[in-house]
Amino acid sequence: MRLGYFPGCSLHATARECEESLRAIAAPLGVELVELDDWACCGATSAHATNHLLSVALPARTLALAEQQGFDTVLAPCAACYARLASARHELARDRSALERVAAILERPFTNAVKVVSIAELLRDLTPRIREQARRPLGGARVAAYYGCLLVRPTEVSGFDDAEQPSSMETVITAAGGTPVEWRRKVDCCGAGFSLSRTGSVIRLGRAILEDAKKAGAEAIAVGCPMCHSNLDLRQKAMSRTMPEPLGLPILYLSQVVGLGLGLEPSSLGLGRHFVGTGRFVEKATAPPAPAAKSDEPRKEVA
Amino acid sequence: MSRIGVFVCHCGENIGRTVDAAEVARASGNLPGVAHATDYKYMCSDPGQALIKQAVAEKKLDGVVVAACSPHMHEKTFRRATAGAGVNPFLCEMANIREHCSWIHENRPAATAKAIDITRSIVEKLKRNAPLEPIRIPVERRALVIGGGIAGIQAALDIADGGREVVLVEKGPSIGGHMSQLSETFPTLDCSQCILTPRMVEVYQHPRIKLLAYSEVEAVEGYIGNFNVTIRRKARGLDETKCNGCGQCQASCPQKKIPSEFDAGLGKRTAIYVPFPQAVPNIPVIDSGHCARWKGIVKGLKKFACGKCIEACGRGAITFDLEDKIVTEKVGAVVVATGFQLYEIGRDHEADGLKGYGEYGYGRIPDVIDGLQFERLASASGPTAGKLQRPSDGKEPRTIVFLQCVGSRDPAKGIEYCSKICCMYVAKHTMLYRHKVHDGRAVVFYMDIRAGGKGYEEFVRRAIEEDGAEYVRGRVSRLERDGDVVRVQGFDTLSGEPVTIDADLVVLATAMRSQPGIEALAQKLSVSYDRHGFINEAHPKLRPVETNTAGIYVAGACQAPRDIPDSVAMASAAASKVLGLFSNAELEREPNVARVDEATCAGCFHCRRVCAYGAVERKEIRDKKGNLVKVVASVNRGVCQGCGTCQATCPGKSVELEGFTDPQIYAAINAFQG
Ligand SMILES: Cc1cc2nc3c(=O)[nH]c(=O)nc-3n(C[C@H](O)[C@H](O)[C@H](O)COP(=O)(O)OP(=O)(O)OC[C@H]3O[C@@H](n4cnc5c(N)ncnc54)[C@H](O)[C@@H]3O)c2cc1C
Ligand code: SF4
Ligand code: SF4
Repeated sequence: MRLGYFPGCSLHATARECEESLRAIAAPLGVELVELDDWACCGATSAHATNHLLSVALPARTLALAEQQGFDTVLAPCAACYARLASARHELARDRSALERVAAILERPFTNAVKVVSIAELLRDLTPRIREQARRPLGGARVAAYYGCLLVRPTEVSGFDDAEQPSSMETVITAAGGTPVEWRRKVDCCGAGFSLSRTGSVIRLGRAILEDAKKAGAEAIAVGCPMCHSNLDLRQKAMSRTMPEPLGLPILYLSQVVGLGLGLEPSSLGLGRHFVGTGRFVEKATAPPAPAAKSDEPRKEVA
Repeated sequence: MSRIGVFVCHCGENIGRTVDAAEVARASGNLPGVAHATDYKYMCSDPGQALIKQAVAEKKLDGVVVAACSPHMHEKTFRRATAGAGVNPFLCEMANIREHCSWIHENRPAATAKAIDITRSIVEKLKRNAPLEPIRIPVERRALVIGGGIAGIQAALDIADGGREVVLVEKGPSIGGHMSQLSETFPTLDCSQCILTPRMVEVYQHPRIKLLAYSEVEAVEGYIGNFNVTIRRKARGLDETKCNGCGQCQASCPQKKIPSEFDAGLGKRTAIYVPFPQAVPNIPVIDSGHCARWKGIVKGLKKFACGKCIEACGRGAITFDLEDKIVTEKVGAVVVATGFQLYEIGRDHEADGLKGYGEYGYGRIPDVIDGLQFERLASASGPTAGKLQRPSDGKEPRTIVFLQCVGSRDPAKGIEYCSKICCMYVAKHTMLYRHKVHDGRAVVFYMDIRAGGKGYEEFVRRAIEEDGAEYVRGRVSRLERDGDVVRVQGFDTLSGEPVTIDADLVVLATAMRSQPGIEALAQKLSVSYDRHGFINEAHPKLRPVETNTAGIYVAGACQAPRDIPDSVAMASAAASKVLGLFSNAELEREPNVARVDEATCAGCFHCRRVCAYGAVERKEIRDKKGNLVKVVASVNRGVCQGCGTCQATCPGKSVELEGFTDPQIYAAINAFQG
């Protein structure tokens, strides 16, 4: 499978570990990731807060490039980028005159034919392959799947999973050998872009999310968005400050969890780049299976 | 040459203000074939009608055009006057110069010119009218009532008390419907069972009511006054004539863990069961899906797996005969009263466009229940004998949160209408709760409180002011189970603050939906339904209990969300319509029905396919020796509603609507070009 890859502003920078792990799992999963040539910013919050046409035209430009460069699907690993690209696609698919207007602005041919996928959707569709290639049972590690706001919302735009009780990331975690936990905050908001302007709110929201995951017995959280990641990882220390003991919950990208399941070298997955150490989790996930009789036990939990 | 009289009405100021009626009369008087033309202030009044009669007699008129209001308003009046003057009433036509002219225009000369055009057009049509005779149809003076909820019960009793026989078909093992499940009822808090069960018994004992419970309507043929109904009597597995309702079988059945439908899944029943002690008829049914003996037979076991009930029955009534029986009944009218079902918040919805509530856990949190389940918990006859205990651990809830408009008024979930009854029963529930648990907390999340109805607003105020229900205006975004409690996260839109409440029990006022399978029934009856499956009334204001098919009436919650007073009022209205229909042995109908020209009909049956009422039949034409010559369309004059669809469809112009034939319509249109 050949995918147009749209890194957005974070995947080469704050979310390098996401890119590294994606690239690492691509080959065993039979995926070829080709970075789009000449891509530009998705417009993020700024564009759609200021000018609607701009907020559609910017992602449309990326989609047009993908079309020109011969891709039928674009992977946007950042949930915010994904939301912008998918929203633009959705809007233009329903409004012919808007499509014509935007095509004129872009000054290049554009038929809006390219599909946009998130990490969660991509990996969910690859679960048979993940199951086939999985090399480690992850030591039965209990992982909480966190979707946040934008991966599965709004339903009309995203639509690949249930907006209130999604399950695609859990499917992936199970395929990779992990044990997804049942918890309650998986579609709550992490505070997103308020990270800088209202840090207090982000800390409050993040703490509620992490506390619940912990209560449900999670040893790590899997995310599908660099923004969620930085809020939960970078700010975790501040969240722990008012607590008797640090939360200590490593925040992994879903692609990293899959990488561990596929038996890839932790260093190739960018697992050393986190603020909250991933060491203990990685150790458990990569521990050689105990003697035959015992090694079955954690698997039972999976089923 | 015809001698037509034109009578132009001022309708007081209604027409006179913008149309010069005298001028219309003068201009019409000059039309060829018009022998007389005049205007008058109120044509429909007594002197107005006398004017017509007098002119017919004096001027020897052979047709009458009244240029006035809509024929919907007064066609009958003027046709009666014409008949009174000795002229066939169908030689009287109305030119609508009010709704179609004076009311919608301002410019007097232009409006007057248009009124003259309209009148001329109708004069030209009238010249081609033929005298018609009303249709007479014999009436079978027995009624079928489908559905034995309170609406069906009321309709059946009213018709039977009015002296006519009724066949009451109920699909469940007992009549009573949802009302039998309720504890106490708003707005008076009287016990539901106490006011319902006497009526159920009355139905059972009424000499003119034939109760066919555990039965379903298979097919309906015919038309007003003459329906042939095929009914499937589902097998109960026992001989109803031998059973005396002693209940020994039920007590002996070892399958005791089956969720009871009557208790909304909160209680248990056996495989051979009577749904509730006051059931009518008090005869058990065998649920073959759960019966061990039947499951064994299906599996092919050589020995019978069980037979406890057979042994227990002192009267040898249990036969295990599971063969359905088909019976037929001939009736003259049908009342549809099939009621409603509640919307489920689960993930799977059979209806397209309906979605469940993932944010409320898709119905998987045990202490999140619906209103009917609350009724069962609060009911003295319920699984907890009226003690309020929550399903998960039997604990008495200290805090109950009620959510209104779940499903209703939420286009995102597929239902945009208001279910009408929930505001009221939620207020009732808070009262019932506070009467049982004095220091308990009852919190209601609402969008608006809709308490229109006699004593309704007062009832809600009482819940708030006297019984201390806390009303929070806003929606709940999430329900989650947290240990022992259900965490309710909502928003108070009056204070603008998010609210979180830890509840012991959450009760959802879920939307009222139409019954499952109602579409199939409606199609059998040729009645229309809206996109939610509610049966359509013929006119929302003026014909609320009639359907678009003559002789078929509707009552209760199958027409729209309805409470008990509304359902009963509709049922009595439908019954009085039925009794009105039955007041004569013959039925007189307007003769504006379609007629097929058998000589030219090519037998393509396009008309049969387009007729919404199933009025077109196949008719074989045979020669003297009995050889089939051809098959043509034939319109059943009893069924035809005169819509004209077949006439517009027929490629060979072989079907005409009496009173609206092609020559009449073309003449009317051509007259406008003059
Ligand atoms: C939780 C709750 C609380 C309520 N509280 C009150 C209250 O306090 N006061 C009040 O006024 N109203 C109340 N109501 C409303 C009340 O229940 C309805 O107004 C009433 O039941 C409507 O009566 P019905 O006969 O139209 O329908 P139903 O009660 O639904 O009866 C319909 C009957 O038709 C049968 N049927 C369905 N389909 C077929 C078929 N195809 N063939 C044969 N039979 C069929 C069904 O089995 C059923 O017996 C409440 C409703 C709910 C949900
Ligand atoms: S459409 Fe016309 S020709 Fe065809 S069956 Fe009907 S009446 Fe006859
Ligand atoms: S006018 Fe024609 S289409 Fe309409 S009901 Fe009569 S036969 Fe049917």
